[in-house]
Amino acid sequence: MSKVVLAILEQRENKLKKVSFEVVSFSTNIATKLNTEVVGVVIGNDIQNLNDISKYGISKVLHYKNESLTNYSASAYTDLVCEAVKETDAEYLIFGDTALGKDLAPRIGARIDAGCIMDCVSVDFTGNPPLFTRPVYAGKALVDVKFNSDKKVVTIRPNVFKAQIPEVPQELKIETRDVSNPNLKTKVVEYKKSEGKLDVAEADIIVSGGRGLKAPENFNLVENLADVLGAAVGASRAAVDAGWRPHREQVGQTGKTVSPSLYIACGISGAIQHLAGMSSSKYIVAINKDKDAPIFTVADYGIAGDVFEILPALTEEIKKAKA
Amino acid sequence: MKVAVCVSHVPDTATKVKIGQDEKHIDPAGVVFIINPYDEFAVEEALKTKEKFGGEVVAISVGNDNSKETLRKALAMGVDKGILLKTDKSLDSVGIAKALAEELKNQQFDIVFMGKQSVDYDDSIVGQLTSEFLGYSCISNAVYLNIEGQKVIAEREIEGGKEVVESELPVVITTQKGLNEPRYASLKGIMASKKKEILEKPIVETTNHTEVVKMRKPAAKQPGRIIGTDVSAVPELVKLLHEEAKVI
Repeated sequence: MSKVVLAILEQRENKLKKVSFEVVSFSTNIATKLNTEVVGVVIGNDIQNLNDISKYGISKVLHYKNESLTNYSASAYTDLVCEAVKETDAEYLIFGDTALGKDLAPRIGARIDAGCIMDCVSVDFTGNPPLFTRPVYAGKALVDVKFNSDKKVVTIRPNVFKAQIPEVPQELKIETRDVSNPNLKTKVVEYKKSEGKLDVAEADIIVSGGRGLKAPENFNLVENLADVLGAAVGASRAAVDAGWRPHREQVGQTGKTVSPSLYIACGISGAIQHLAGMSSSKYIVAINKDKDAPIFTVADYGIAGDVFEILPALTEEIKKAKA
Repeated sequence: MKVAVCVSHVPDTATKVKIGQDEKHIDPAGVVFIINPYDEFAVEEALKTKEKFGGEVVAISVGNDNSKETLRKALAMGVDKGILLKTDKSLDSVGIAKALAEELKNQQFDIVFMGKQSVDYDDSIVGQLTSEFLGYSCISNAVYLNIEGQKVIAEREIEGGKEVVESELPVVITTQKGLNEPRYASLKGIMASKKKEILEKPIVETTNHTEVVKMRKPAAKQPGRIIGTDVSAVPELVKLLHEEAKVI
């Protein structure tokens, strides 16, 4: 058998992340087209939900194991994935486009002389060569990209490719490799969780606030709505630059580009940089006093009214609907 | 300390993107170009590093003559000299990283800064690639940095928090908003920058590993509807989200 597809699975705090299942599904689709198979690679110690991966149509996972590999180590992870590439003669390597994927994928690419296509949002295998589509200019344009290299590194945007469970289940074989002396030249020594619950980059629903909220304390209206929806709180650049919200919540060019299923923009007028970062959301709701604000040009549903009245009413209404 | 900072010349983030005739690049007509916003944090950190440890800061850019404008901006902020690795070709990130590494390796820098991502192609990988080509360590997406002897401690932004990372010199650091407040170029700095040297060199030719076949605009969103102007529209909104969009 030739040229497998390597699915690089990501764990944090010993748990596989959701994007890992999406990576497996994406890899399985490519492998079917190429008439080859998928081998998973996971690096870490005791990964609690590793068996969950078996549902997604993968038959083999290489588990590189050592206590000191629980936290990310760029140097060690790079060495180990390269080892797996060598062993399997992989042609494609698929990662999630996460903080870890973005950091790790190019390092491997450089070592194995691969091209890198980052943040892929769709793929077309009907022609030859296959084309990978990714946003550029924070989503103001898309490019269809092909590889000229033998080895190919792809990262996929989280939440875009759905993790699919195939009808015929596969038997999963996990091969554990005990790693004796990992190269820990660059290593994470501590993970500092931020207080907020969900990160905008990973959330399925985002409630974002902008300058229309007038003061940082008024963000509690946004937080309350986010709470009833199980959503992440986002912010416009104006709100971040004013010091009302931390940068990690910023949505848009120079912030995060997001594609949740629902994006609720509250008191955000919709600067071009913001629109670029969130227009690919599946559904967009805008609440803004100014009916001519650009945010309404991308919104599916809008209320051209006062956020201070509408947000509490909306929070209550959703609470009722969920009760 | 020998410090390099890599800067890239990019369209202003306020640019309305128009696709060029070749359908592979944007139409540059009327577009204002600026220093990549994330590179400003890199320049600032490079200057702070020099202020702390002494030495020299060299700014390097890969691009055509227009990139000199961005190099001048770095020089005006206080960088000592500039190098333009000249090319009219559009390179992919691997090509850019190889060109940078070829130049950087000759000069034995202790630390190389660059923005975590360039706001045109948004790849976010040139720093990591460059570090591998150089055999340097690398910490990407840094929002805090401290150097003690050979030891480098940084915090990088990740989903839901920060990672504290330990590494060692020589290192490539890619910079994220929050690391520092970039200084403004003073009038004196701007005047002085005009006398500073920008060395021009041809890049080492590489082939691109990836190639843009076509650039296009994303499908335009259907204009939505404004369902009301006050709280009376709220029940209707919730109904639509539940029954039509099926997202809640």
